[in-house]
Amino acid sequence: MDQATHVVKAESRNLNFYYSNGAHALKGINMPLYENKITALIGPSGCGKSTFLRCFNRMHDLYPGNRYDGQIVMHPDNTNILADGVDPIEVRMRISMVFQKPNPFPKSIYENVAYGLRVRGGKNKKVIDDKVEHALRGAALWDEVKDRLDDLAFNLSGGQQQRLCIARALATDPEIMLFDEPTSALDPIATASIEELMTELRNKLTILVVTHNMQQAARVSDYTAYMYLGDLVEFSKTDDIFIKPKDKRTEDYITGRIG
Amino acid sequence: MDNQNLIPTKASVMDDLQEVRAMIRRHKRKDILFALVGLLALMFALLTLLTLFIDLVMDGYPRFNTEFLSEFPSRRAAHAGLLSAWVGSLLVMLVTFLTAVPMGVAAGLYLEEYAPKNWFSDLIEINVANLAGVPSIVYGLLALGLFVYGLDFGQSILTAGLTLGLLILPIIIVSTREAIRAIPTAIREAAYAVGATKWQVVKDHVLKYSQGGILTGVIIGMARALGETAPIITIGALTFIAFLPPSPIGTEAPFVNFEWLSSGFTVLPIQMFNWLSRPDHAFHINAAATGAIIILVTLLMNGTAIWLRYKIRKNIKW
Repeated sequence: MDQATHVVKAESRNLNFYYSNGAHALKGINMPLYENKITALIGPSGCGKSTFLRCFNRMHDLYPGNRYDGQIVMHPDNTNILADGVDPIEVRMRISMVFQKPNPFPKSIYENVAYGLRVRGGKNKKVIDDKVEHALRGAALWDEVKDRLDDLAFNLSGGQQQRLCIARALATDPEIMLFDEPTSALDPIATASIEELMTELRNKLTILVVTHNMQQAARVSDYTAYMYLGDLVEFSKTDDIFIKPKDKRTEDYITGRIG
Repeated sequence: MDNQNLIPTKASVMDDLQEVRAMIRRHKRKDILFALVGLLALMFALLTLLTLFIDLVMDGYPRFNTEFLSEFPSRRAAHAGLLSAWVGSLLVMLVTFLTAVPMGVAAGLYLEEYAPKNWFSDLIEINVANLAGVPSIVYGLLALGLFVYGLDFGQSILTAGLTLGLLILPIIIVSTREAIRAIPTAIREAAYAVGATKWQVVKDHVLKYSQGGILTGVIIGMARALGETAPIITIGALTFIAFLPPSPIGTEAPFVNFEWLSSGFTVLPIQMFNWLSRPDHAFHINAAATGAIIILVTLLMNGTAIWLRYKIRKNIKW
């Protein structure tokens, strides 16, 4: 790996995670996220990839009894975002997330995108208007919705809703964006548009994406991590991992022997 | 199976089909049977209510006029009216609404969004559910001890309003919690993920999307409170009252006064009960008319609840 040529945006250091029922879901994960790169997490169901992703915006803090052990350090400020003194809300202000199923609020298209700004105390209409337009353009949705910003978000198609959720996550200028199987509820055409969008977004921010779909990982990602039963089995450049995996378990998964 | 049957002939396929069709017919008979039983049960409930209502309307028909609503009770049945009763009901309901709704919604919100989930919150949950099933007369006795004597509120509109407020509190708490629970986790997480605090999530999302359900609970609770008789008798509502409480809205600044809260009062079901217990049959007509009015208002309130829920839920699909 030519780590020297890439800037590390964040890295997990010996990260363990325990659910409230005691399940040890992540076992000592060490992994970097490179700046302006897309890193894909692959692995069979229950391997901990979503759990790992949701550590990055402290989503697990919403439910009592979950416990982190270890660090996720963000650069360049060197903040351990899992530290007790760090407010999860502060983390979520820097790292935004797009979910598995499109989950727009039952509000207008405009208000969906503006919500992150309103949460941050944004009141100036002109500023919010600009940022909403900018985010919608960034999510390749502006041309389709510019004439009906006051329509309910539910009136959009599934693919449009997911792009709206990306716009919502984009509006607050995050440093990292998390995608939790963002296309699993979408048809192939909508999937293609989301994937294209992700590769464009890479220029502005760092992306971590969980996917069930190995072809998707191969298509969009620069780096791929294969997880199995809470372990990080292998992490390397996507081309390397798909062409010449080092670990037998990775090879078995990629060639479809386990799934 | 022997070898000849491996290649299905037209006849053998037809035979199999006949059998399958017969089986489907047999199974479908049970469908029809169950639908019939359900329909009968429904009709039994509806017809009973309808008969009761029509009976009351027919008995009370002579008194359906404006005087009935604008006259005080009187010794002469034909001139006795509901004025003090419906004004009393309205004011009592106002107190009930103003106390039970904020308390119930706040309690439901707290239990669902803020309270830690442990044995203590489980205990509270069981208790709230149980409270909904406590006989209303028990609330009357509690109110008699607490509000009438303990806090010295007397046999007043305030006491009655608070009593009914307590009575419908569990209904409002339970419906608030159910409405909140119906909001998908994904929506909540979406709001948290952009950096919202708990209160921002509650204010901008949870309360907004649960409005319909909460409102339904509130209206159903209020309709229940309107018809309650036992606790009101226990705290000592007057049965014959020929005056109105002081108006809550004054003509001089500050335009509101609170004298009405401590006024004696009567309510619709009490008035009905009073008329019904008189030997003179003419009063029974008044009672029937009152009963019909109470049922009508209750139906209207519940109808409004259903309509509002539909209106509000129309824009929310999940």
